[in-house]
Amino acid sequence: MASPYYVSPEQLMRDKAEFAKKGVGRARSIVAIRAREGILLVAHNPSASLNKLSEIYDRVGFAGAGQYSEFESLRKAGVRHADLTGYAYSREDVNAKSLAGGYSQMLGQVFAHEMKPMEVELLVAQVGPATDADEIYRISFDGSIMAEGDFAVVGGDVERVAASLSRNFSGVGDLAASLALCRTALADGGNPDLKATDLEVALLARAVSGRAFKRLAAPEVERLLSG
Amino acid sequence: MKSDPFAPGFGSSFYDYLAHNRRDLLPAAAPLPAGAIPAGIDHGTTVLAMRFADGVVIAGDRMASDGHTVSSRRIDKVIQTDALSAMAISGAVGPCLEMAKLFSTELEYYEKIEGRALSLSGKANKLAQMVRGNLPLAMQGLAVIPLFAGFDAEAGTGRIYKYDVAGGRTEESDYIAAGSGSVQARGSLKKAFRDGMPEGDAVRAALGALRDAADDDLGTGGADPDRGIWPTVLVITSGGARHLPEGDVAAIHRALADASK
Repeated sequence: MASPYYVSPEQLMRDKAEFAKKGVGRARSIVAIRAREGILLVAHNPSASLNKLSEIYDRVGFAGAGQYSEFESLRKAGVRHADLTGYAYSREDVNAKSLAGGYSQMLGQVFAHEMKPMEVELLVAQVGPATDADEIYRISFDGSIMAEGDFAVVGGDVERVAASLSRNFSGVGDLAASLALCRTALADGGNPDLKATDLEVALLARAVSGRAFKRLAAPEVERLLSG
Repeated sequence: MKSDPFAPGFGSSFYDYLAHNRRDLLPAAAPLPAGAIPAGIDHGTTVLAMRFADGVVIAGDRMASDGHTVSSRRIDKVIQTDALSAMAISGAVGPCLEMAKLFSTELEYYEKIEGRALSLSGKANKLAQMVRGNLPLAMQGLAVIPLFAGFDAEAGTGRIYKYDVAGGRTEESDYIAAGSGSVQARGSLKKAFRDGMPEGDAVRAALGALRDAADDDLGTGGADPDRGIWPTVLVITSGGARHLPEGDVAAIHRALADASK
């Protein structure tokens, strides 16, 4: 009688992590960066209708890299969590930290207990009244969560994109400068031919009271990049 | 994690989500005790909406009453529900405000999940379902009878809707009023309405109608210059919704008062 395979837990986790990392590495990158006008989210996304960036609540935004079906269901769960909190309590009780924690738990559980881990990496950002109150969280496929500083990158060749940002970032800049920085970084991540129309751009606007998430349409993006 | 997007409550409706997963948070969810709230508690108010060339104006008085007592002088009965729509409430204050909050959340939720806003008639329909859902409470005397108005971006025009207690929805073409002072307000609006009238005329007509209602209806609060309380006026056009500043409302009100001397 054939005996069942034995796979050590270490091996199992390594395999899962490698699988998920490969999936996320194939994705196109997304950058979040602090700007004077708010937190800028820039995704390399040639599709105009299948979004990677989304509004969650008043001051909270979302970005998902990897498998569309997976980050889309996570995005919806996030909107649900935020609207439920805001409805049952009050609008000011919705915050990015609680949402990022929820995502971290969810992804951690799937990673530990399911056959297939989720091939996604998420950004949750919350714009504050001043840049030092901005919050940017990065959540990985295994549920690990990082509070980032001036910028964060998910999906694709994270190291190269982040390296480009570190090289060129010199303090919080204005919208146009920050957008140019992100475009350069995304191009440096292995897409030298990146066009303005390949970018999906959104801003969590600092000066707006209420719902701060604004999409920047293609003409606006081109104007900012050429100015 | 539940991921079936077609499972009940996991679509684009926040109301359905509550109905299937958090019934405890729905206003009319709890079983009601036997018995009825004593008759004679009437819900005094006047709210109205009127179409003009570029959109709609929606307005209401500021008084909430409890029998013969004033319970609040400053309540806002006109509630903006999203960028291009608003509802005005008449009925029992608590359930009305609760429904307005739920309805606003519903519209925002749909917009975020789907990436685009509902059509105006879609919004009006959803509100009808919610009013119908409140029928058990209405049978106990806690009715919610809203008006709904907004700018229909597809048709490029303002549209107004009224509801009955069972959720019956009627679209009106020109103007509507609800509440205990609605008879007086409607008479006033009927005289003032002109097809394609400019915004300024519509605002004046709305404030004039509220003035007429407050004059003859005990349940409708008039403008209160001593305390600086003025009716709420919201104007919705293709560019969005904006509250008329109190200074403007006060000036129009004074002009109306002078004209009737």
